[in-house]
Amino acid sequence: MENNMLNSAFQTIQAEAGHLSSFQQQNWSSFDQWGLPALKHEEWKYTRIRTVFRDDMQVVAEGTGLTPAIIQQHFLPGELSKNAIVFVNGMYQPSLSRVSAPSTELVVKALSAAAGDEDAAFVKQHLGHSQQYHRDGINALNGAFAAGGVFIRAKKGKQVQDPVVIYHFSDAQSGFRFSQPRILVHAEAASEMQVLETYIKIGNEESLTNEVIELCAETDAHVHYVKLQNEGTRSNHTGTTHIRQLGRCNTHAVTITLSGNVVRNNLNMIMEAANSESHMYGLYLLNGKTLADNHTIVDNQMPNCLSNELYKGIVDDQSTGVFNGKIFVRQDAQKTNAYQSNKNILIGEQASANTKPQLEIFADDVKCSHGCTVGKLDENALFYLKARGIPDDKAKALLLHAFAVDILDQIKNESIRAYADQLISARLSYSE
Amino acid sequence: MLKIENLQARIEEKEILKGINLDIKPGEVHAIMGPNGSGKSTLASVLAGREAYEVTGGSADFLGKDLLEMAPEDRAKEGLFLAFQYPVEIPGVSTTNFIKTAVNEKRKYQGLEPLDAAQFLKTMKEKMQLVQINQSLLSRSLNEGFSGGEKKRNEIFQMAMLEPKLAILDETDSGLDIDALRIVANGVNQLRSKDNAFLVVTHYQRLLDYIVPDFVHVLYNGKIVRSGTKELALELEEKGYDFIKAELEAATV
Repeated sequence: MENNMLNSAFQTIQAEAGHLSSFQQQNWSSFDQWGLPALKHEEWKYTRIRTVFRDDMQVVAEGTGLTPAIIQQHFLPGELSKNAIVFVNGMYQPSLSRVSAPSTELVVKALSAAAGDEDAAFVKQHLGHSQQYHRDGINALNGAFAAGGVFIRAKKGKQVQDPVVIYHFSDAQSGFRFSQPRILVHAEAASEMQVLETYIKIGNEESLTNEVIELCAETDAHVHYVKLQNEGTRSNHTGTTHIRQLGRCNTHAVTITLSGNVVRNNLNMIMEAANSESHMYGLYLLNGKTLADNHTIVDNQMPNCLSNELYKGIVDDQSTGVFNGKIFVRQDAQKTNAYQSNKNILIGEQASANTKPQLEIFADDVKCSHGCTVGKLDENALFYLKARGIPDDKAKALLLHAFAVDILDQIKNESIRAYADQLISARLSYSE
Repeated sequence: MLKIENLQARIEEKEILKGINLDIKPGEVHAIMGPNGSGKSTLASVLAGREAYEVTGGSADFLGKDLLEMAPEDRAKEGLFLAFQYPVEIPGVSTTNFIKTAVNEKRKYQGLEPLDAAQFLKTMKEKMQLVQINQSLLSRSLNEGFSGGEKKRNEIFQMAMLEPKLAILDETDSGLDIDALRIVANGVNQLRSKDNAFLVVTHYQRLLDYIVPDFVHVLYNGKIVRSGTKELALELEEKGYDFIKAELEAATV
C-alpha cells in the first residue's frame, strides 16, 4: 500500500501521542514489517483484504466537520443515547459524546489521557494484547493510531444501567474514508455493563473501518457486548473484538452483520481464569455481493470453564458467508466444556458459505463439540405454512425470521434487541 | 364441492395414484381407507398441493375452480384444509402468530378486514374450548415439543379457526390414545354442518366410530376399488384388507 496521506496522518498523530508514542511507533514498524495479509495467508484465504486497503484512502488524524446536529440525528432512541460515545473517522470525539452515568459508575476518557494518568499501568499492561493473536499488519496499523482512541471503565461493584453505545461515524462525503477506532474497556470486579457498537457512514463514497476493541473483565464482572453492522454496501470493515477474562467471570458477545462490502470480524474470548463462562453468538444476513467473514477464537487456559458458540447465516444473492471457529484448550484447562455450532441457509443460487471448525486440544479431560450445516429452507415447514394460506414470500420471511430469532434472543438488553429485530424484520419483509 | 376424475400422480418415477374418482358434496363425510402404501396420504398431499408430487393426469374441480392449477396457499384460501399426519415443528414461530397470520391472509383474500387483537382473541378462546387446547400451548413455538396428541389437537384447532369448506384429515387418529381420539373427533363433529364436507383418511376403523362417515371408499394400489356406506368400514375391520386383495385377485384371474 502506497498512501502518502496515511504516512502524514501517522506523523500528525504521533507528534501528539504523548505516552502512547512508543506504542504507536512500535505498531507502525510492525505494520511496515508484516504488511497486509494475502490470500495465501491461512487466516485470510476467503477474504481479499488487500483490495479494500486502497492507495486513495482518505486518512486524517482528527475528526472532520460533522456537526452535532448530524451526529445526534443518528443517535438511537431512549436509553441507547444516554451513554453515547462518538467516534468520527476513527477519532474519539469527547465534545460530541455524552455520558449520563455518574463517574462513580462509568469512566470515559481519551486513551491518550489514560496512558498518562493513574491508569497508565493498566493501559500499558493491556493495550495491544490482541496482537498476540493477530500478528498482522491490520492489527498493527490500528495500533499506530491508538492515540485517537477511548478508554472506558465500569467501576468496581457497579452496574452501569444504560448501555454504553459506541457510535462510529465515517465521513465519506468526499472520498474513500479510512477510519481506525481504538477502544480499551475495563470492567472492574463485580461490575456489569452492556456495550453496543454501531456504525454509520455519512456520504455516498466508500469507507473502511479498521477497528480494535479490547475488553478486560475482572472477577465476577458481567460484560454483554453487541456489535451491529448495517452500514450499507459501500462500507468495508476489519475489526477485532478481544475479550479477556482476567478473573472468574461471564462474558457474552453477539455480532450481527446486515450489510457491507467486505466485512471481517475477529472475535477472541481469552479465558484466563478457572470456572468462567463465555458466550458467542453471531448472525449474518447477507445479500448482494457482501462478503462477511467471522473468525472466532476461544482460548481456554484454565480448568472448569464453559464456552458456548452459535453463529447463524442467511446467505442470499451472490453473497458469501465465512465462519472459522478456533477453540484452544490448553493443557491446564481440564474439565472444559466447549460447544460450537454454525448453521447456514443458502437462498441465492450463487450464494456460498464456507465454514470451518478448528479445535486444538491439549488437555485430556474435556468435552468439546462442533457442528456446521449449510442448507436450504426446510421444504416441509414451508409447505405447512402455505397449506394454511400463507403466501410463499410471507412464509419464507416467517421461517427466516424464526431462524434468526435464536440469535436475537441472546441480546439481553430489550432496546438493543428491539432495534436489531426491527432492522432484521425490515430486511426480511417480515411483519407480525 | 370436490369432484375428482381419473386423478393420476407420481412421486419421482413412481406411479402412486392410478385414476381416482371421487365426488364430495356439501354436508358429506367421506372416509378413505386402505392398507399401507395404497396411496391414501398421497391423495391428501396432492389435493393440498404438495410440490413433491407430480399430477400426470385427470382433474379435480373444487367449487367450480381447477384445484390442480392453484398454489397451495390459494387452495387454503379457497377453503381447503389439510390436517397433517405429521404436523411440522417450527421453532421460532409462535403458534398464535402463525394462526393469526393464516386467518388474516384468508380474510384478506375474501375481501374482509383483518381481525384486530381483541376479536382474534375472542374467536381463539371460543375455538380452544372445542379441542380442549390451552393457552400456554399456543404461546409456544409451533408444534415444538408438543406431544403427538397436542399436535393433532392443534391441527383441529387450526381447522376450527380457518373454517374450511372441505377438510382433509390425513391419519389424524395415528398416534392418538383413546381420550385424545375422542377429543379430536368431538371437535370435528361440532364443526360439521350442511355447508362443509370432510374427507377422512384413515387406516383403522376406530376413528369412524366417532366421526361417522356417509361414505367409505377403499383405496388399493392407487385406485378406489370399493365404495359403500359405513358398514363397509366395519366389514374391513372384521375381515382385514386381505379379503379385498383376494377379491381383486380372483377378479383378474
